[in-house]
Amino acid sequence: MTIRASVTGAFLAAVLSTTAFNGAFAADDTIKVGILHSLSGTMAISETTLKDAMLMLIDEQNKKGGLLGKKLEAVVVDPASDWPLFAEKARELISVDKVSAVFGCWTSVSRKSVLPVFEELNSILFYPVQYEGEESQRNVFYTGAAPNQQAIPAVDYLMENESVERWVLAGTDYVYPRTTNKILEAYLISKGVKPEDIMINYTPFGHSDWQTIVSDIKKFGSAGKKTAVVSTINGDANVPFYKELANQGVKAEDIPVVAFSVGEEELAGLDTGPLVGHLAAWNYFQSVDTPTNAEFIKTWKAYTKNDKRVTNDPMEAHYIGFNMWLKAVEKAGTTDTDAVLDAMIGISVPNLSGGYSTMMPNHHITKPVLIGEIQGDGQFETVWETPGLVVGDEWSDYLPDSKDLISDWRAPMSCGNFNVATGKCGGKGS
Amino acid sequence: MYRILQILFVALCLLISTHVVGSRAADDLGALVDQLGVAKLSDMDERISSLAKTGDAKVIPVLEALGEGELYQRKSDGKVFLVKVQGADLLLIDPVTGMEAGQAPKAAMQKVKVNNAVRRAVRSALGGLTLFSDDTSARLKAAQSMLQTPNADALDAIEAAIATEKDATVRKVLDEARAVTLLLSERSDEEKRQAITLLAKGNGRTGLAVLTSALANADAALKLDIEAAIARIEQTQAFWNAGQNVWYALSLGSVLLLAAIGLAITFGVMGIINMAHGEMVMLGAYTTFLVQEVIRNSYPGLFDWSLAIALPLAFLVTGTVGLAIERGVIRFLYGRPLETLLATWGISLILQQAVRSIFGPTNREVGNPSWMAGAFDLGGLTITWNRLWIIVFALTVFAALLFLLKKTPMGLRMRAVTQNRRMASSMGIRTPFVDALTFALGSGIAGMAGVALSQIDNVSPNLGQGYIIDSFMVVVFGGVGNLWGTLVGAFSLGILNKFLEPYAGAVLGKILVLVLIILFIQKKPRGLFALKGRAVEA
Repeated sequence: MTIRASVTGAFLAAVLSTTAFNGAFAADDTIKVGILHSLSGTMAISETTLKDAMLMLIDEQNKKGGLLGKKLEAVVVDPASDWPLFAEKARELISVDKVSAVFGCWTSVSRKSVLPVFEELNSILFYPVQYEGEESQRNVFYTGAAPNQQAIPAVDYLMENESVERWVLAGTDYVYPRTTNKILEAYLISKGVKPEDIMINYTPFGHSDWQTIVSDIKKFGSAGKKTAVVSTINGDANVPFYKELANQGVKAEDIPVVAFSVGEEELAGLDTGPLVGHLAAWNYFQSVDTPTNAEFIKTWKAYTKNDKRVTNDPMEAHYIGFNMWLKAVEKAGTTDTDAVLDAMIGISVPNLSGGYSTMMPNHHITKPVLIGEIQGDGQFETVWETPGLVVGDEWSDYLPDSKDLISDWRAPMSCGNFNVATGKCGGKGS
Repeated sequence: MYRILQILFVALCLLISTHVVGSRAADDLGALVDQLGVAKLSDMDERISSLAKTGDAKVIPVLEALGEGELYQRKSDGKVFLVKVQGADLLLIDPVTGMEAGQAPKAAMQKVKVNNAVRRAVRSALGGLTLFSDDTSARLKAAQSMLQTPNADALDAIEAAIATEKDATVRKVLDEARAVTLLLSERSDEEKRQAITLLAKGNGRTGLAVLTSALANADAALKLDIEAAIARIEQTQAFWNAGQNVWYALSLGSVLLLAAIGLAITFGVMGIINMAHGEMVMLGAYTTFLVQEVIRNSYPGLFDWSLAIALPLAFLVTGTVGLAIERGVIRFLYGRPLETLLATWGISLILQQAVRSIFGPTNREVGNPSWMAGAFDLGGLTITWNRLWIIVFALTVFAALLFLLKKTPMGLRMRAVTQNRRMASSMGIRTPFVDALTFALGSGIAGMAGVALSQIDNVSPNLGQGYIIDSFMVVVFGGVGNLWGTLVGAFSLGILNKFLEPYAGAVLGKILVLVLIILFIQKKPRGLFALKGRAVEA
């Protein structure tokens, strides 16, 4: 009885103190920032980290005095890896919580689900993950890589440095791998690769039995030409895939695998000893040796109170996006959506790999492309990088549907899909 | 007298000259090694081959370290050392003398960059250097690398090695390597023809690759031979591929069996629609993770035993959780399948989120003990050790469970209670006690399955979700209430899946399997092995 009473008492006290805390915050005038990342369900594995990264960035900014003289306040919601719930939660953030900008989404389908909400309620979304392109929306800023900032340079690297002539395009069966592979296939054929030297393979989400596919890859690789695997396999399915590769003795020296969805976070669940030399293409690696990155990693480890936590590419995208938003708000002097949308274009902030990233008129940013090899300690070592920054190309030049489209959100044009052939705004995928 | 003086003089000269040459060689070697530190990745190939050309045995550890990424350059003077990690510092080893050269903090050293091209160069250089080593396993490794990265320049070395080789295994690999290398060289057609005949007998992928590329620039006479050889290898490979497919099917079947066998008790025998079954598997996998974590931190020597230690622990942990679920929730819901379904589904969500909150949402690393890593060749089959052990383990668990249910008094009571609760109760069996134990047993076995599945899958909070549908499918397909049905169901689904996959692809294959099961259940609603008798009606 006494125990129950004291527990109830403690609970009440806790509830009271949180309300008091919130009340104190609400009384003070704050700028609210929405965080829309799944904290439960399948995608929690990747998205929880991004929520923590955003909380850390907001915390750091508040220590520096906030924004426009006000404190920033994070509003965290959990869309639970449920795509329609993303739209509902986005609506809640914008209409009920009145946030000034939202940082969130991971999968393309979740982004597509929230697009109409952001358009209707006229708010701003920062999307931090590499994606398939073929989209440019007025209310969305894409801080992750477009295909030409990740997939195409990776293929170029393999062609030039490993003289690969035969290609396996392996992916999980959903929109990002399918579109990326379509672009890559068109690109490879334009480079003179014969169609019979390209093998495309799709697997379901969470596929765990890779025996047949790995042995198919080995067989495909024994045709006397150097073979490589380009993997758009998503999240969870990667661990059993790499375990099977290691066990069947597929060495990186013979058949290298270059992955677009495998970062430091995914490797943390793996013994990377047998995987040394397999590749990944990103715009950032934790191992990048610059003072800003060292500082970022130190803050991150201190914030999570875990010395083993790793950083990854989408975290850097949020870092860039958040800093761009801060700068744009300062420039506009207000958090009003239209003013910030105008101010964002041309904003340039330091990225973590030692350069500056700029927001382009197509709402994509400039980034360096790095190719890294997996090391025994679960980190990547950069073996190649683009000489300069690459501008994100939203409408791929290699697909017949989109090669005539461009996007420019500056004043006279203000169009996300301007067709240069017909001279009209509004092509495919308006 | 004069003669003696002459001999002395010559000897002295020789001594001096060898000494001078020796120290110059050491200097050269040191300089060559240091050059690795300043070379660009594209120049590394050249540097490695000039190192290999010295033929000095000291080069071997240097190249090995380079391949392993254990070669570092000191930032202050550009000297290159072999290193060993010692806590936060690096222990330096001089590449020329092989002596320890003190310690340095990591910040003062820079790793010599390597990429796949460098690793390939190192592999083939090492192959050439260790071809005449005294150690048989080193020679075998060298021969294999010669086979995998054929290089026409190495032909003479391989032939010299064949002449002195005594070990039959190494000899066989060397012969194959010679044939592969010969095809790339400028030797006579007659010799090439012999090499083609030799390669045609094997079923090696390397042989096939070399033949295919040789086909492109062979003259007409050789072309026919090569084509015949390729056809022959492909024929043998088609045979072995069928065998390989059977193996994959067995392996998938054993994974399905493991995942489903706990459910065969809780759902099959007891009739509880247990949606939390997958989470029991997950808890078993996390127990393995915890055991490995303790072993890594405190008793690294025991790592190979980690699974043996984790098995009983996982059984206890998940058994206890199962017991708690049965006593706390399920016993109030017997005879109300819909409520049981909802309740166990709720429990599964609670367990998932609990694990996510405690261990975090990301994957946890569970390593393979050395006896479960890698693969071996059996004829033309590649058999991975972890899959082999999982098949053995699944069958053992199945046999033990069958024994427990059919041959022990406890098993008799379990069957009695599930078949006719009231009759069993009036015969003096404590039915609630038996219920609780049966559910705990089913959960415990699911936990043990988790230990095995942690070896091939992610250890993440979602682990169980991936198996729950498959498990129900196996149990329903095999026939509810029949252990043999679960065994046959698991293996037939495995075989069906793996034989559809090469033709239909993984995505369509899975859909086809589901469609076939739906059709099958329409025809035989009670599954493959239906229980007969009055118990069914109850």
